[in-house]
Amino acid sequence: MIRFQHVYKEYPRTGLALQDVSLFIGKGEFVFFTGPSGAGKSSLLKLTYMEELPTKGDVWVAGVRAKGVKRREVAKLRRKLGVVFQDFRLLEDRTAEANIAFALEVIDAPRTAIGPKVARALAQVGLSAKATSLPSEMSGGEQQRVAIARALVNDPFVLIADEPTGNLDERATRGVFQLLRDINASGTAVMMATHNLELVRRSGYRTIEINRGQVVFDSNEAESKKKVEGLA
Amino acid sequence: MRLALRETMIGFRRAPMLSALSITTIAFSLFAFGLFSLVAVNIRKTLSDVESRVEIRAFLADGTAVEVVSAAMGDIGAFPEVSRVEYVSPDSALARARAELGEFKDVFESAFLPASIDVRMREGHRDPASLRTIAGRIKSFEFVDDVRYGEDWVDKLYRIRNVATAAGVILGLAFAAVAVIIIGATIRMAVMARAREISIMRLVGATDAFIRRPFLIEGFLKGVLGGLLALALTWFASVVISRNFVQTEFFSRGLASLGIIGGAVIGVLGSSLSVGRHLRKI
Repeated sequence: MIRFQHVYKEYPRTGLALQDVSLFIGKGEFVFFTGPSGAGKSSLLKLTYMEELPTKGDVWVAGVRAKGVKRREVAKLRRKLGVVFQDFRLLEDRTAEANIAFALEVIDAPRTAIGPKVARALAQVGLSAKATSLPSEMSGGEQQRVAIARALVNDPFVLIADEPTGNLDERATRGVFQLLRDINASGTAVMMATHNLELVRRSGYRTIEINRGQVVFDSNEAESKKKVEGLA
Repeated sequence: MRLALRETMIGFRRAPMLSALSITTIAFSLFAFGLFSLVAVNIRKTLSDVESRVEIRAFLADGTAVEVVSAAMGDIGAFPEVSRVEYVSPDSALARARAELGEFKDVFESAFLPASIDVRMREGHRDPASLRTIAGRIKSFEFVDDVRYGEDWVDKLYRIRNVATAAGVILGLAFAAVAVIIIGATIRMAVMARAREISIMRLVGATDAFIRRPFLIEGFLKGVLGGLLALALTWFASVVISRNFVQTEFFSRGLASLGIIGGAVIGVLGSSLSVGRHLRKI
């Protein structure tokens, strides 16, 4: 489903962010990416939703190959995956439901389908009562739930979360993490970058540790290696 | 399209001052263009008024038979470049000279002026080269003593017209380029103000064409509104000039519409360049 093969990513100003990263993430998996700040976690996630393209090596996501990919294909791919960030990235002047509907409107979804899908996504994250609230009227945890609802509204096959609990208190962190577990339980793969080792330890999910741009630990290394090599 | 229109309106509502500033800036750059065009239109009109009076006068030898003259007139009238041929008898020539040179009318006491054939050219054939050709052909009639068509001033007139046209085109393009740059800059401000929205749109899978749409509509509307405002300002300026200085002719309806369409095109072009640049960066 998602395959990195000997991927290098180099930025002109900051240098090498990833070196020789090979990994495979299967359907419905929950994978944590850990490591210190600047280790390359965000770069790896950006390569997954093709915000960045590899300098060397190749990435495949749901059959879309990074090498030679067209902008239009990237746009189509992103409709099949959801992305959430530490800073929520909501539109401040729009209500929760308008923020979620926006994700459907910009891909020209049929107007009749938007209302029910938004209501379902809001219910999924437990925020039906806050549908008409503005982001500024919600707590950090609630805003992150709206961001997750927006990421979910297109029924993605994978949810990519870059430090989604980084700005939240412990209680909100637990709530958001539980939500991500529920989403994963319903069949959506989750790729989550985090600093919260406690969360990682308790969950028992696959963990990939990155340091200085390299994968230094993968709890599912053997299986992943087999898949990467086997598909090469 | 509905969403694109809504996003455009949100853009206008969110930054009304920026929008007003953009429209005003566009209006003033188009106004400068409009004023220049007004001058150009009036220069061209004056020149074409003068040009329409260009004629070839063929002076006839004394005693040329009327039948010969009328046969020649038929021949000359059949030239495709010629619109009208008129016979001027010595008496008519005298009357005309008296009328044209009123204060010297006493000088013309007797009919010493020769008869002539006055030839008017069709539009598009009043250039020096055509005049020279036709004059040469007329001169080849043996009863024609001399042919005059004000060669010097026709040359000058054409040189002025060509310079005016070239200056018009160059300055027009320069003003249009300035307008495109200004519109591009104002749309760039709008793009920057909505950078977050654009990044979210891209994140959830909007295509570049979709993201571009509201900005193109915005550029189009700003161009049209700026164009209308510029047209109103130019009209006002033309009224002031007509009342206080010299009678001027305002743009025809077609030319005015062309100006507004031009504003819209410039608006769309400026936006397209601006958004394209931003999208290529992200």
